[in-house]
Amino acid sequence: MHTREWLALLRPGDYLVIIAAIGATLLAGMTLWSSDQPTTAVVRAAGQEVARLPLDRPANFTVRGPLGLTHVEIQPGRARVASDPGPRQYCVKQGWLTRSGAAAICAPNEVTLQLEGRRAAYDSMSY
Amino acid sequence: MVEPSAPRLIRSDASDHRVARYAAAAIVLSVAEAAIPTPLPGVKPGLANIVVLLVLLRHGWSEAAWVALLRVFATSLLLGQLFAPGFFLSLAGTFATLALLAAIVHLPRRWFGPVSLSVLAAFAHIGGQMLLARVWLVPHAGLWALWPVFSATATFFGIVNGLITARLQANPQHTNSESDEKTPA
Repeated sequence: MHTREWLALLRPGDYLVIIAAIGATLLAGMTLWSSDQPTTAVVRAAGQEVARLPLDRPANFTVRGPLGLTHVEIQPGRARVASDPGPRQYCVKQGWLTRSGAAAICAPNEVTLQLEGRRAAYDSMSY
Repeated sequence: MVEPSAPRLIRSDASDHRVARYAAAAIVLSVAEAAIPTPLPGVKPGLANIVVLLVLLRHGWSEAAWVALLRVFATSLLLGQLFAPGFFLSLAGTFATLALLAAIVHLPRRWFGPVSLSVLAAFAHIGGQMLLARVWLVPHAGLWALWPVFSATATFFGIVNGLITARLQANPQHTNSESDEKTPA
């Protein structure tokens, strides 16, 4: 059976349904799979928000915790903990955060750095 | 003729025989496609839907509902999945499909053929499955990340199954439908 014979089985409304189905699939793919670009870096110390930095320009921010100073570095689209007085340096070794919802947690110094997009990736986080 | 004094017998009529035969065909297709490896439960051709659509178009919604539900139960029983999560997902999808088909079977046939019914039914099926999975199996919004995959599957196999259904409708000699009326009651 040739393509034309198969196409002859389609009625006008069928094309509409097929186009709608493909459109719905593409739309769902774009909205559900687009990795949300982060727009803001949020710095918290002891659970309290101390800074909300836009990710569209470079910036540096320093926050004091129980152990000392934690330095946060912002570049367009990404942020990192540049230095931290914590003993194990987990949040520093994590490097650049690029995804919305990503967080670096400097637990000993009670400082967290988290990226936020237009939509919140998580309902809530507690440390 | 049943004598008034004779013991009451449950007699099967032509419709019962039809339902049994179509359901058997649907079960065979379901069991066969269960052998196809799939990356995600739910991503499968759904060939049994061809049978359900044919019954819907030829004999109406209630016989189609019988075939669809018998198919779900018998296939799960054969595959050892009865009352397993997959069975309930299948059942939820089938209920959603039948509910939608009850409505869209009244669409004007001139404009909306088997392909429309098939694609819309496929979407109803994944919709019913996803809703049950969301509220019961995986109560987390992250489940919707799978939706585009199911949506693409429903679109593709909806079209393919619809075309096959349309072809079988156009050429009934390819199926045993003409023997329906000859079935002894």
